[in-house]
Amino acid sequence: MSVVTNTTTIGAIEAPSRRNTELALLAFAVVIPVFAYLNVGLALDGEVPSGMLGYGLGLGLLAGVAHLVVRRFAPYADPLLLPLATLLNGMGLVLIWRLDQSPRLIALAKRQYGAFSASAPNQMMYSAIGIAMFVGVLLILKDHRVLQRYTYISMVAALILLLLPLVPGLGTDSFGAKIWIRVGGFSIQPGEFAKLVLAVFFSGYLMVKRDALALASRRFMGLYLPRGRDLGPILTIWAVSLLILVFENDLGTSLLFFGMFVIMLYVATERTSWIVMGLLMATGGAVFVSTFASHVQSRVAAWLDPFECLKTAPEGSNMAYACDQMTQVLMSFGSGGILGTGLGQGNSDLIQFAANSDFIFATVGEELGLTGVMVFLLLYGLIIERGVRTALAARDPFGKLLAMGLSGAFALQIFVVAGGVMGLIPLTGMTMPFLAYGGSSVIANWALIGILIRISDTARRPAPAPAPSPDAEMTQVVRP
Amino acid sequence: MNKPLRRVAIFCGLLVLALLIRDNWIQYVRADELNSHPRNKRVTIERYANERGNIIVDGKPITGSVDSQDPYYRFKRTYTDGPMWAPVTGYASQAYDANQIEKIEDGILTGNDDRLFFDRTLAMFTGDKKKGGNVVTTLSSAAQKAAFKGLGSKTGAVVAIEPRTGKILALASTPSYDPSSFAGYSSKDEKAWVALEEDKNKPKQNRALREIYPPGSVFKVVTAAAALEHGKVTDIDAATDTPEPYKIPLSTVPMKNHASGCQNASLNEALRISCNSVFAKLGDQVGRDAMAETAEKFGFNAEQFTPVRSAASVYDKKMDRGGNALSSIGQFNTATTPLQMAMVTAAIANDGKLMKPYMIDKLVAPNLDVIKQNEPEEMSRPLSQRNAQLIQTMMENVVENGTGGKADLNTDGVKVGGKTGTAQHGEKNAKRPYAWFISYAKTDQGSPVAVAVIVEDSAGTSREDISGGGLAAPIAKAVMKAVLKNRS
Repeated sequence: MSVVTNTTTIGAIEAPSRRNTELALLAFAVVIPVFAYLNVGLALDGEVPSGMLGYGLGLGLLAGVAHLVVRRFAPYADPLLLPLATLLNGMGLVLIWRLDQSPRLIALAKRQYGAFSASAPNQMMYSAIGIAMFVGVLLILKDHRVLQRYTYISMVAALILLLLPLVPGLGTDSFGAKIWIRVGGFSIQPGEFAKLVLAVFFSGYLMVKRDALALASRRFMGLYLPRGRDLGPILTIWAVSLLILVFENDLGTSLLFFGMFVIMLYVATERTSWIVMGLLMATGGAVFVSTFASHVQSRVAAWLDPFECLKTAPEGSNMAYACDQMTQVLMSFGSGGILGTGLGQGNSDLIQFAANSDFIFATVGEELGLTGVMVFLLLYGLIIERGVRTALAARDPFGKLLAMGLSGAFALQIFVVAGGVMGLIPLTGMTMPFLAYGGSSVIANWALIGILIRISDTARRPAPAPAPSPDAEMTQVVRP
Repeated sequence: MNKPLRRVAIFCGLLVLALLIRDNWIQYVRADELNSHPRNKRVTIERYANERGNIIVDGKPITGSVDSQDPYYRFKRTYTDGPMWAPVTGYASQAYDANQIEKIEDGILTGNDDRLFFDRTLAMFTGDKKKGGNVVTTLSSAAQKAAFKGLGSKTGAVVAIEPRTGKILALASTPSYDPSSFAGYSSKDEKAWVALEEDKNKPKQNRALREIYPPGSVFKVVTAAAALEHGKVTDIDAATDTPEPYKIPLSTVPMKNHASGCQNASLNEALRISCNSVFAKLGDQVGRDAMAETAEKFGFNAEQFTPVRSAASVYDKKMDRGGNALSSIGQFNTATTPLQMAMVTAAIANDGKLMKPYMIDKLVAPNLDVIKQNEPEEMSRPLSQRNAQLIQTMMENVVENGTGGKADLNTDGVKVGGKTGTAQHGEKNAKRPYAWFISYAKTDQGSPVAVAVIVEDSAGTSREDISGGGLAAPIAKAVMKAVLKNRS
């Protein structure tokens, strides 16, 4: 008997589930935005905002439901992911609500569209749908390996999603970038969902082909070059991302997909040559396209020196517009300084267009200062870190690849968006996950967190105790 | 797969690190530059976000602030008697920045100055609206009115100083402009601004502080001071050895006198009838460097900060003897601001002690606490008390028996000293000359006012009539009268 217990004791020690840690952190993730909400109200009107109770209860309820579902259906999940996403989502709501009350933006909307509609209630609804999506993922997806079955369906789905905005009558061209489709009264950004579906396809595909890609190669100048027939997929993805760039005018999405693919390829094959090739192809493509697309050119000019370009660009041109926008964003950041002006007291609404979506990070910069921006960047950094940790802990290659792909894409998106608005790289039209106004983004990112939580639950779950072998009972100890 | 995973993790970390560094770059290193960038509307938004403090003269505000409910710039500046006070206040425009007191004391007026930190913090707790502090000036509205009215439609400037303290009492410049007309940012404001910019009479130019004119004969008091200070003349009633005609050194051109009786005239007599020859010869005797030394003690060759900056008046330190002789009668390269001539007069009236001219008496917090009180400050002693009193005697002689009769107040117990000037300018002196007059009034308790007046050109006045005594002296008289009346 004693022999048997020796093998099972290891598994019998209950791994800590950390659900209570998550709950405590969640409490902070709800309370901090509620205080921020109060702060905005006091700064703008000098009184406690009337919607505070509703907002606090709403956010608390959503977080509570999400927590209970995780507790029940993914008990061993990473305890940080849910609170981090909740905090970011909650702060995003506060910032959007704050910009809703800008008299300048209200006047602008009335001038341009004849009426102003507040964004915060919509975003609250999108957040609820997002949490529902998160719950749905956890309920339906009992094991992430199930997704492996849908590798090629995912590929088709991703391509359709990516090409939808180009369908006449469905896609809408808003401000240069064709990344939207209109269904009913809603605008949807299919690219945000394509990110998830593509990650599934890449993981499934690379898991099967990784050996062929890694081993069947020729050595050339110190690099392992893959065989021609294995080059197909990377060339296809490259071509598709270039097509996105050319036809949808969306540098960000294109960079994001290609970058995610290269990262996953590298992880799957452990071959540095892929990175070198990826970088070369990305640079080549970007240079090629930027010499033709005026849209990209003006973004590059605005990035190099917006103040200078504003002087030289012809008045009323797209380039002047792009440069002016960039100067406004930079001045917004600069005016925040180290500690910021305080919520509700900045002038980031001078950015005007897309102040609460693409450029919402400038409001963080101006009103919460350098300190606030660094906190937000570190919060995002933590999500990425937990994602990578999940990938490391995952026991199956598919899970590893999927977790890495999703967190890599997340990291790239943060870099592309935050780097764009801070003038580190040319600006692209993408949104800050959770923070920016936009239903597709919030919903897709909650789904992303859901998948990561599912993988981390599987990864951290204690190994099932091996069923006691019936033979063990039978074996008699023979005493001499 | 874990090795590349770790590497990618490091890569992701580097991406976040790059963002953090970039953020420090724009929000810390470049923060000031971006914050105060000329394209950054926040500076102006902030300037007009709260009720702006006022500029005060004689206890009454000469500015105002109206709530326009505009989503960008909420409060708008208004001015009472804008054109009259524009040389003092400057302007504060939502579209065109600000200047003069409005700009220099912007921190106090907006309430953003560090010295108002306590008030701001207190207001935050008591829930009061943030408000700007007030700037109390040294000006006298009676004197300013007299000066502005006196100039009327003529082009010119008046500066009046209280010699004992250096307080600026009047600072008028015509033609003037109304800073209210472009205080906002609408197309109407733009039109008004452009019209002022394109006006060839330059109404936005602050002639009292920023324009330098040849002083002509009024500069002779400086030459007299230099001659006395450097011992070239000891007895003002002794005859000077001046030939008639007197030839300008290094030249064969004789110095032209407008008056007769200049041959060997005494200093006193020469000033009374304004002899060019006597002063040119004295200036030559004193020499260029000593002349410049005295002139600089009066404030020449330096910008003055009242705290509104004035242009630097000029006494050339590199010209030859002939140039120096001509400069000694206020021609050639000598050029001065009206403020500078008022300072010269004030130093003489104050028995040789030049007080630093200033126009801001104190800065007051919104709760009426005094943040800063400016005290009179001695700037220099260009001449001794005795010599100053000698020049006073001579200047009083000018008013009683000479060219400055129109400035005489004829009031018991008040002595008035003055000097006229008519400065040639333009190619071959073809343009209408400038009419100058400087004067001071003096009672038993010292001198309450010194004035400098310049009238550039007056349409409808024949050339002969443009003389300091005729055009400028009555304005000086009116200003002195206003100051004296205000005191009694």
